[in-house]
Amino acid sequence: MAAATEGARLSIRGAGKRYGDLQAIADVSLDVGHNTIVSIVGPSGCGKTTLLWSMSGLHGLSEGQVQLDGQTITGPHPDIGLVFQEANLLPWRNLMQNILFPWEVKRQKPDMAWINHLLDRVGLKGFETRMPRELSGGMQQRASIVRALSLRPSVLLMDEPFGALDAFTREEMNRLVEEIWLETKTTIVFITHSIEEAIFLSDRVLVLSKRPGRVIADYPVPFVRPRSLKTMASREVFDLTNRIKADIYGQTTLRAAAE
Amino acid sequence: MTDAIPEFRKSQSGAGVGLAGVSLAAGTGARTRKEIAIIILVAVIVIGGLEVLLRWFEVPHYILPPPSAIMAALVKEFPLLLPHLRDTLICLFAGFGIGASIGLVLAAVVTQKPFVEKVITPYILILVTTPMLALVPLLILRFGFGYSPRIIAVALAAGPMVMINAATGFRRTDSAKIALARSYGASVLQIFWKIRAPMAMPMILVGLMIGAIFGLLTCVGAEMVGGGFGLGNRLTTYSSMINMPEFFAVIMILSIMGILLYVLFFLIGKKWASWEA
Repeated sequence: MAAATEGARLSIRGAGKRYGDLQAIADVSLDVGHNTIVSIVGPSGCGKTTLLWSMSGLHGLSEGQVQLDGQTITGPHPDIGLVFQEANLLPWRNLMQNILFPWEVKRQKPDMAWINHLLDRVGLKGFETRMPRELSGGMQQRASIVRALSLRPSVLLMDEPFGALDAFTREEMNRLVEEIWLETKTTIVFITHSIEEAIFLSDRVLVLSKRPGRVIADYPVPFVRPRSLKTMASREVFDLTNRIKADIYGQTTLRAAAE
Repeated sequence: MTDAIPEFRKSQSGAGVGLAGVSLAAGTGARTRKEIAIIILVAVIVIGGLEVLLRWFEVPHYILPPPSAIMAALVKEFPLLLPHLRDTLICLFAGFGIGASIGLVLAAVVTQKPFVEKVITPYILILVTTPMLALVPLLILRFGFGYSPRIIAVALAAGPMVMINAATGFRRTDSAKIALARSYGASVLQIFWKIRAPMAMPMILVGLMIGAIFGLLTCVGAEMVGGGFGLGNRLTTYSSMINMPEFFAVIMILSIMGILLYVLFFLIGKKWASWEA
């Protein structure tokens, strides 16, 4: 599935963020097209989370701006959903109460039909009254995805959502995100440490440099969805993986090997 | 000393919270008939054994009366003790209510601004570590022998305890959960009630429990120091008359009050803080 670009959905212009003396990101500009999945990869501490939180309006930028459909984001936006590192469920609420949390905050009547559909979709039907500590890591993260999707955001920002999961659960979760995307076509910005995950999910992979983070590479990922194991084992994926690795490590030897 | 500070934790069976340091096995509930039988058997052996030993060695009543004499005194004196019990309970609950409310509000407000907290904490620590009992004669001088000096002393003993524990609870709120609420546009007040308060709840309950028990100690102590009423006053009266069975009957009422306070907060903790692993 190629990027269906008819103007950008989310666009970042000259974004910079300082925390005191620390320049977390510098001059980041990027566009996220309609109904696409864009992954951002980069070394630890390169400002990926800072960038994502800026996109969500959770904190402001020191320089530059973030626009959603041409409008500058100044605070949390109802069209933008956020999935956090680890599941970030509230441990004193059961699964259903956690999913209803955003509705409670917004004082809206929850769309139960949609929520139940989502729960069914991610395989959490029947676990509504379980407390978070009774659920596995994968189940917790699925619940947090349902929580974010329940409000039907048109943009979903995911901050290393599966970083704490084991490899098998992670692949399962990647398939789930793909399925959800095929159903809802939500625009997704996905932050990850895993190049494999980025390639599997995305229409585009952006590489961020070491701190201060800036975009140093932008690769289209043209493979047909749903992406099979065979696609993921192909020569093209292997080469792309190595190019991204070379960008991250800055090792020309790897690049040479890939070419 | 740190061991003595109770702390909520999940019990082994995962059924609820128990208190570390204060090992009240009955708190988690006996499950089988056999367990109940053993608990009763141990109680009979301890109390019966005490009775037999005290009589066997002919320990004088003014040193330690046998359990049967204490029970008899409790039954006989209870109607006379009832107004005193009521008096003590009024002081305890009024003082604890005032102290705990002020402590909770202060903790919630102060933890919002780390600098304010730094400025205030030393004074709270002084209040926590000073035995409020020492102030009772002074309070009586100023407020007379009525309820007020005792209520003030209880409030001063319980309030800082509640505050210091609640403040610990409010401080540990994690930023990801606040970010979660903010990402849905939650107001400061919503963040407080839906994130900070539930997050702090286990520590708040620990504070309330310690505060209540400190309040009880201070209340009885204040009654012993001054005032013509209350269970503490009965203690001094009975001991001065060497009415030891009656004296120990009052002690028994006080221990039962303490245990009931503990159980009350234990049950509240089970309901509101059992999520904490």
